[in-house]
Amino acid sequence: MRPENYQAKNHPPSHEFELNFGPNHPGIEGNYAFKVKLNGDTVLSARADGGYLHRGFEKLMEGRLWIQNIALVPRICVPDPVPMEVCYSLAIEELGGLEVPERAQWIRVMQLEMSRLAAHLFAFGGHAATTGMYTTMFWGVADRDLILDRFEELTGGRVYSIYNIPGGVRREVPDGFLERMSSLLDYLESRLPDYDNLFFRNQVFIKRARDVGAMTQEQALKWGVTGPNLRATGLAFDVRRDDPYLVYDQLDFEIPTEPGGDALSRNLVRRSELKQSIRILRQVIERLPSIRGPIRCPIPNPLAWNVPAGESYTRVESSKGELAYYVVSTGGDKPYRVHVRGPSSMHAVQVLENLAVGSRLEDVAQIMFSLDACPPEVDR
Amino acid sequence: MPDIPYKDKGSILGPLKTLGFFARRPVTEPFEPRPAADSYRGFHVNDWEKCIGCSTCQKVCDNAAITMVKIPGLPEDPVLGVRNERPAIDYGRCCWCGLCVDICPTGSISLTTEYVHVCRENELDSYFVLPDPNGIHGKHFDKGWDKTADADLVDLHQQPMGEVEPQQRDDNFDEIVHGFTSQQAIIEASRCVQCGMCHESCPTHMNAPEYIRAIWEGNAEEAVRQIYRSNPFSHVCGRVCTRRCETACSIGRRGDPVAIRWLKRYAMDAVSDERIREIAAEGKVDYISGKKIAIIGAGPAGLTAAYDLVKKGHDVTVFEALDKPGGMTRYGIPEYRLPYDRLDADVEVITSLGVTIQYNTRIGRDIGMDVLERDYDAVVVAIGLQQGRSTRIPGSDHKQVRKAVKLLRKITQGKPFKVPRTAVVIGGGNVAMDIARSLARLQKQQYGEVRMTVAALEDFDHFLADPEEVTEAREEGVVILDSRGPKQCLVDENGKLIGLATLGVVSIFDQDGRFAPRYDDSDEQVHQADMVIESIGQMTDVSLFGDELTERLEWNRGRLRVDENGRTSEPWLWSAGDMVFGPDVVHAVADGHRVAAGIEEYLGVKQ
Repeated sequence: MRPENYQAKNHPPSHEFELNFGPNHPGIEGNYAFKVKLNGDTVLSARADGGYLHRGFEKLMEGRLWIQNIALVPRICVPDPVPMEVCYSLAIEELGGLEVPERAQWIRVMQLEMSRLAAHLFAFGGHAATTGMYTTMFWGVADRDLILDRFEELTGGRVYSIYNIPGGVRREVPDGFLERMSSLLDYLESRLPDYDNLFFRNQVFIKRARDVGAMTQEQALKWGVTGPNLRATGLAFDVRRDDPYLVYDQLDFEIPTEPGGDALSRNLVRRSELKQSIRILRQVIERLPSIRGPIRCPIPNPLAWNVPAGESYTRVESSKGELAYYVVSTGGDKPYRVHVRGPSSMHAVQVLENLAVGSRLEDVAQIMFSLDACPPEVDR
Repeated sequence: MPDIPYKDKGSILGPLKTLGFFARRPVTEPFEPRPAADSYRGFHVNDWEKCIGCSTCQKVCDNAAITMVKIPGLPEDPVLGVRNERPAIDYGRCCWCGLCVDICPTGSISLTTEYVHVCRENELDSYFVLPDPNGIHGKHFDKGWDKTADADLVDLHQQPMGEVEPQQRDDNFDEIVHGFTSQQAIIEASRCVQCGMCHESCPTHMNAPEYIRAIWEGNAEEAVRQIYRSNPFSHVCGRVCTRRCETACSIGRRGDPVAIRWLKRYAMDAVSDERIREIAAEGKVDYISGKKIAIIGAGPAGLTAAYDLVKKGHDVTVFEALDKPGGMTRYGIPEYRLPYDRLDADVEVITSLGVTIQYNTRIGRDIGMDVLERDYDAVVVAIGLQQGRSTRIPGSDHKQVRKAVKLLRKITQGKPFKVPRTAVVIGGGNVAMDIARSLARLQKQQYGEVRMTVAALEDFDHFLADPEEVTEAREEGVVILDSRGPKQCLVDENGKLIGLATLGVVSIFDQDGRFAPRYDDSDEQVHQADMVIESIGQMTDVSLFGDELTERLEWNRGRLRVDENGRTSEPWLWSAGDMVFGPDVVHAVADGHRVAAGIEEYLGVKQ
């Protein structure tokens, strides 16, 4: 029985509805999802949802020996794991006052740039897939595989190299590696016109990506945007040049920028960076044979290594942006606290939530991929 | 600058250029697995011959993927530091980081180029024990990620121990080694991988991993606490122990073992004697049991038993024939190896707990065994091996032919004797080195030059004395000859000793492994000497028992027969130390603990 004072409520007609975007959408990596509120096809608001991705990396590190974490950190960013290892190692080296031999520094730069190439090939391949251009994705993944072959040869592992440890790197460069690397670079460079024809100069892509997810430089700075996404707003900021680490100050390279701040600009920056990375790698290949010496400085027995108390903040330029490790040691054999400043946590949450508003539903995946966010890095 | 301008309008025809790819060869993955790179991190193999089961791989594994599994039938020898355990891998956890390879002390474990595995349902919760050398599927694959010299995570080099230079030490009895600084000790302690091989090989099972860890943590007091759990003679053992721990040390497989003995010495020296006494008294019961125990001989075995028993509340009296405690550690070991004040510090810890030592009391002469049997609940005989053996070669009954142990006792007691101008020592053990080096010092003091020769039966490949003893003796001017067997002591017509004749050794043992040296008669040498010292072993003087008790006791080849607790055939009489086990400090300590435990058990049931 209805109460006597019951009055039926008349809802106004609405076109608003909520859509769970991901994690099964091919444009979204892993199990990262978005709750999008739509009016028709237009996004009214978006909420990022990390799902069950959280693996608690930062907490896990506190329970492990300093050296054991080198097998854990690369997992924070699957497509671009090397900067994780290097940055973690740099932080411990700073705390422990370790002098990394020059040869190890050059080998580290080589890996970092190899990793950047592989990550960029993956990133715009993914972006192409969100716009339906699967051939580009297949090409990108296939060419990335060739880089992984070289990783396998150098480090023994294809995806997670686990090759850098505090103090240097774990193995010497194999014989003939640099020659094979050099011919790979020749091949990759010869592929760039193919990528341009198929993707970067493809009118379909340009028309779809231009002005999509655009942000101004002021917005970018306010939201903590770094890396190619920041350079796509016209600001030439790169940790490699502006706060050099390892031997980047001895290398000759450019910082490409684009003016648009949109999805197109971000991809064009990555396209230009491919060429710059190849350029850096060529210099490393030329210099490395002349730099002799050890590949690692002696470190104490890892089972009984008390890293001196203190805190360190080290940053590197990963393919996604500025990656930093804040490590606190109380002088024990394990870290007291490790905080990872992953660039994707800004890009995938606050930036994307803002940029998606007002865009059309079919562009949401495009915006996310143009930001090149790495979900495991968001939720560490 | 950007390779493609932002304003570029692009082309609708550009993508069509890629149609040319139809004319290219397709990329296909071969059906057969591709061979992996040379240093690939695939499935493990482990060389079972090299592996000692030290479990260091298990400790470094960041995913707890490694379990040590006992393999029956494999050799197991705590003295050599070999366990019959081998690592097993849970490939559901392994992340192929290769840290196990880089830290393996023996270098037995490595990763291969094998990477394909299809798991059956019933294998999901099983471990894979690393076999040799054919890998997880029994198919041979080449090694991938293997240990290389520049990637070794084990520190193979010991911290150098500072020593007094030979020219500064060859005329005095000051201690030779300086001991570690705290910095050195922490670095040395950090080399330890906590495998525990040392603990198993030590006769008294010292908690070496624990005290090394404590030293590494900078906590010397905790280290002393760990040391006193099993050894009240740690100043002594920190200096002169035969350190079986270091023979068993897994780091010593490829490099220098951890300097466990010097670390013990460091911990003992770093803590004040007062504090050590407080730590040693921890755990002493606060009641009096009313039982009386007599211990004969204030050496390491007797005093260790006294330490254990007094902590259980018993009334312990130690009878010592000489005027100072320590037994062979005082009267057998020269002061340059073991300063007497450190020995005194060890003994003071024991006396401070309430143990009474009656000096200058020789049992059998001053007090009879029957008195002890009547007045005490239990009696321990720990009188050591205080008599030197004789070679019984012609001329060895000359008064200038001396026994090493007696002469060392004389030097310690400061009793005057004529230091020989030239002397020969027969023997090649540590006692021979002790007497040679002690006499060399006295020669240097009195005559300004050293004329000492040591003639040992063994060759240098099978030498009995520690290598560093040999090196240091040589640095001090002692001449050491190997493979020389004594033939006869030469005496001139006036009855004066003029030297020793030796023969070259052909073999020492016969085919049954019995001691039966054979000499080459054509290879005779004469070594001039006005004193010959025999240092070929010691025996015990059992005259204290008296005829009646000697008759009652059961004997085994001249030694007292004892059961597994050290008890003789008389229910009230125990025997411990060198007289049961042969000369070794740390064995004596272990034996002291053993008889103390046996007595404690016996007193518990005695009415």
